[in-house]
Amino acid sequence: MSHKKREALAAYGFLLPNFLGFLLFTSIPVVVSLVMAFTHWNIFKPPTWVGLENFVSLLGFHREGGRMVANDPFFWQYVYNTVYLMAGIPVGMAASLITALIMNQKIRGIVIFRTIYFLPAVCSGVALLILWKYLYNADIGLINKSIRLAGEFIYASKPLAVGFTVLTAVFFGVIALATVGLMLSLVHWVSEKLKITWPDWLFRGLMVCAGAAIFIGLGVYGRQVYSAINVFFGTPPDWLGTVQWAKPSLILMGLWGGLGGYNMILYLAALQGVPTSYYEAAEIDGAGPWQKFWAVTWPMISPTTFFILVMSVIGGFQGGFMVANVMTGGGPAGSTTTVEYYLYQTAFEKFNMGYASAIAWFLFAVILLMTMLTWRIGGRVVTYE
Amino acid sequence: MNRRMNPWMKAGLYILLSIGAVSMLVPFLWMLSTSFKQPDEVFAPGGGINLFPEHLVWKDTVIDGQRVRAWWGNYPDAWKEISFPRLYLSSIFVAVVGTFGQVLTSAMAAFAFARLRFPGRDKLFFAYLATMMIPGSVTMIPVFVIMKSLGWINTYQALIIPGLFSAYGTFMLRQFFMGLPGELEDAAKIDGSGYFGIFTRVTIPLSKPALATLTTFTFMGFWGSYMWPLIVTVTEAPRTLPIGLRYFVGQHATNYTQLMAGSVIALIPVLLLFIFNQRYFVEGIKLSGIKG
Repeated sequence: MSHKKREALAAYGFLLPNFLGFLLFTSIPVVVSLVMAFTHWNIFKPPTWVGLENFVSLLGFHREGGRMVANDPFFWQYVYNTVYLMAGIPVGMAASLITALIMNQKIRGIVIFRTIYFLPAVCSGVALLILWKYLYNADIGLINKSIRLAGEFIYASKPLAVGFTVLTAVFFGVIALATVGLMLSLVHWVSEKLKITWPDWLFRGLMVCAGAAIFIGLGVYGRQVYSAINVFFGTPPDWLGTVQWAKPSLILMGLWGGLGGYNMILYLAALQGVPTSYYEAAEIDGAGPWQKFWAVTWPMISPTTFFILVMSVIGGFQGGFMVANVMTGGGPAGSTTTVEYYLYQTAFEKFNMGYASAIAWFLFAVILLMTMLTWRIGGRVVTYE
Repeated sequence: MNRRMNPWMKAGLYILLSIGAVSMLVPFLWMLSTSFKQPDEVFAPGGGINLFPEHLVWKDTVIDGQRVRAWWGNYPDAWKEISFPRLYLSSIFVAVVGTFGQVLTSAMAAFAFARLRFPGRDKLFFAYLATMMIPGSVTMIPVFVIMKSLGWINTYQALIIPGLFSAYGTFMLRQFFMGLPGELEDAAKIDGSGYFGIFTRVTIPLSKPALATLTTFTFMGFWGSYMWPLIVTVTEAPRTLPIGLRYFVGQHATNYTQLMAGSVIALIPVLLLFIFNQRYFVEGIKLSGIKG
């Protein structure tokens, strides 16, 4: 036997176990899943071919009393939930980056801090979700207990209450303004990379308008803001039990878990990879810390930002199963049911395998589209060394 | 980045970091504190936070005519109630066997992709890469059907075998193996080693850091795996820790002291693993980001 043949034979031997698994648990299932999406099947009776029916009832619309109505309105609600829950991604990324920037400073005891910040990411799982369900409990949860206690203290005296209201309003006003600013600068940055130029005054003008709108709004509705804050501290909401609070609560929980987790470590590694000489060169040019960040750090870590964004978006579309299953049961009123949880319910509670496969392929298509889109844009925006 | 930091700025950073650290730790401390409380103390009416347990006694006693349990009393209860020994054993068995199998099959395939030449290599590798994009929910239903037709529902095989093969693990190890020097392999060849000998005596020993990292990550994956075990287990026997905990919540939704005690017990192994393997966690995350 020739040397080449022996090498190839050995290679096939090494590959065999993995390849069998690859075939049995990945390639064949993908094909089967695609076929299943065109059938009705409840695993007890043999499947029947129904053509595009699953996709039509999943994605289609029909006319009802002169209005267009989705064939499966629940599905679109769950898509909305899934996208809503991903609102935490950019905030979480910014928080992780800031944490990484602080952790990258040469100060003592940073390893201890890093360990503490990473704890939630390590422990993630059913136990933590149980803990958070308890924290969010309307009557006996730590969060509402703290809010009530703070409320009793603040509303014991009028000046304190008024002062606190003003401070809170200003605080949220500043946060709202900062968010607007961040979005505008993001638009500016992307459009600059895409070679579209905007006049500077437009951005400044928009910022001033947004600021004015927020503060005038707070001034006009001052009394309402006051009583809303008062009510909030007197009877804090049932976080997981009300439709409007359930999703923000889950996002907040995700932020807590992700602040010092995988993304922070990735950012830390990226920051440590930026050559010191770049900073020195920037310093010689007279750059301050702010300019150094935007001129050196931000472009140098942009591949990492891009990677985290893509992975988070891909993960986000497939997420929410465990949270819904352990904490909320998808409720209240389906407000925390994600596409993935709907898929699970369809397949393993209603045994509607064909319809569930159609949902799975919808997910696949969305993920593929998002990935391709971000690669197209990312290729232009991200700076590789 | 900066040689000397302004002491004010340093103090500010410490304060910021400490605020963050406290907010990370408070939920855990609350969990611990609740697990030491009397069962009805959790529902104590009125304001106040009762951050700490009201009584901390070593033995069950009577205080002011009220029975007070020892602070550790919830733990044996939870331990009995959730049948932890069985769940631990299941989880450990599934995670150890699954991790060993996945790392082994990944390493073997990665060795073939990285160090051997054979017809169709690049095309096959590309196919592997492409499957990494497919969401787990697409393959989940057909694999479930395969498990069902094999009669494997509610068995350890169903928990372990579909997880033995990983395109991601193969990809990661292949990248690492590509970077190994070829000289040692040549020396082994001259000494009369076959390909298997090269694999076990040269490639594996040289790749310990990458293998340890993949092992840690795969282990964590099996340990925390939730959806798949939930789908393929029906009775208590092969259930893993997360699933057992989940069913316990379903039955004792408001027994918070016991729930927290159970959660603490469930978190201990993974915490120990993390504390002793921290380096591999950090390395693993960095490696996973390289492909970006």
